[in-house]
Amino acid sequence: MSVPRFWRELDTRYNLIGSYCKLTKKYHFPKRSFDPDVGRESIGTMEDYQFKGTGEIINCTVVHQAQTGYEMFGPYCMAIIKLDEGPKLTSQIVDCEPKTVKPGMKVKSVFRKLGEDSESGILHYGTKFILKEIPQIEDEDESLSNIEL
Amino acid sequence: MNGIVSYGAYVPGYKIETGEIASVWGADGSAWAKNLNVYSKSVPGPDEDVITIAVEATRQAMKRAKLTGDDIEAIYTGSESHPYAVKPTSTIVAEAIRATPNLTAADFEFACKAGTAAIQTCLGMVGHKQIKNGIAIGVDTSQGAPGDALEYSASAGGGALIIGREKVIANINHTTSYTTDTPDFWRREGQKYPRHGGRFTGKPAFFKHVMNCGVLIMEKAGTKPEDYDYIVTHQPNGKFPIRAAKSLGFTQEQFETGLLTPKIGNTYSGAVFLGLSAILDIAKPGDRILAVAYGSGAGSDGFDITVTDEIMDIDRSETVESMISRMEIVNYATYAKFRGKLNMGVTK
Repeated sequence: MSVPRFWRELDTRYNLIGSYCKLTKKYHFPKRSFDPDVGRESIGTMEDYQFKGTGEIINCTVVHQAQTGYEMFGPYCMAIIKLDEGPKLTSQIVDCEPKTVKPGMKVKSVFRKLGEDSESGILHYGTKFILKEIPQIEDEDESLSNIEL
Repeated sequence: MNGIVSYGAYVPGYKIETGEIASVWGADGSAWAKNLNVYSKSVPGPDEDVITIAVEATRQAMKRAKLTGDDIEAIYTGSESHPYAVKPTSTIVAEAIRATPNLTAADFEFACKAGTAAIQTCLGMVGHKQIKNGIAIGVDTSQGAPGDALEYSASAGGGALIIGREKVIANINHTTSYTTDTPDFWRREGQKYPRHGGRFTGKPAFFKHVMNCGVLIMEKAGTKPEDYDYIVTHQPNGKFPIRAAKSLGFTQEQFETGLLTPKIGNTYSGAVFLGLSAILDIAKPGDRILAVAYGSGAGSDGFDITVTDEIMDIDRSETVESMISRMEIVNYATYAKFRGKLNMGVTK
């Protein structure tokens, strides 16, 4: 990603800044210049809004084949999160055992490193999420008799 | 009076036990743990560094006192593991708390006492009414070379103090410093791991500076050890701070709250900030605290602090103790993976 492109979105990535439409009273993330429900009628009624950073997991998956730059996390959890104000976003869930993450769990935002543009390039920081409460790990029976061959 | 308006702390969610590190190198884990008085050390996740820890600690400090970015006019971050050699940590922290653009910012370096030098800078600016509130941050994610004695203690963590003159939760009555050119520990430009002078880091370095600074600050304040409820010093291991505190005339009751190294290791620039945060988590109005930082190279900064009634009005629900109790144990393989000690054989 080019340096200016990331820089333009700092506020969104660092501080979860989105938009609030005063006309429809709806929240949007990331920022929008108008509300798609009412189109040009909302121009001038949109204002910046900082999301509280709390929400709930709608769905999640465990990634075993890590993306480039995420090898050191593997396996890791990616989730679709519904923020308390309504909008949904996709984020990595960190600081937990990935398989314990389930839909319905409450999450809160944290500031983390998202990646880097090579070893000498710019570092990218932004928002990820952690579970509000760490669940107990259930022992799974992984004996050969339970594996379908 | 000028002093601490709020404080924040951050300790990563993982830890490794001393015995686990020792087992990799065929060493006696219990002997290392006992000799250093370090039984486990914090381990940052793969996406954590000085910048992320500084932001989390600062956000906690802002939240406690219900401050916004507009209230902050200076940010100084002290560390010896800034992710960039050129580009400030402090500007990223400023953006992450929405304090830009009307503020001054810079990064400090003085081994483990860069953060307390930042406190003194903020105190000067607040005292001269140049700024209303400034943030001093002390944070590190230091590393010891695999197998080196430092690997048993070098950990990660940090804290942030908001220094101001209104709604002060702890007055900073006096501050002083003791500084010499003592090459006990260093890291040359471009080198990944620091080097140290072994036993030379003790008597002529840590003890000489901490003891002299401790005596100086009490002379300046006109106080004696028994006038204090708590003492916190820099803690490169779990033994040095105890010996220094006892030699200055303090008791276990006074030093045990701020002594975190046995559980989380040496957080370098974060050590005094975290110890002081643990004290402020439970301090009562009127409590008096002596804080003495130490940075190799070498110098000590001393602070004579008195807690005020305002401390009862800030949110102290999240404590250093609760962060430490949440830490999950990892093995050496996971620690090596998280800390970038694995050679992936790929040139980026």
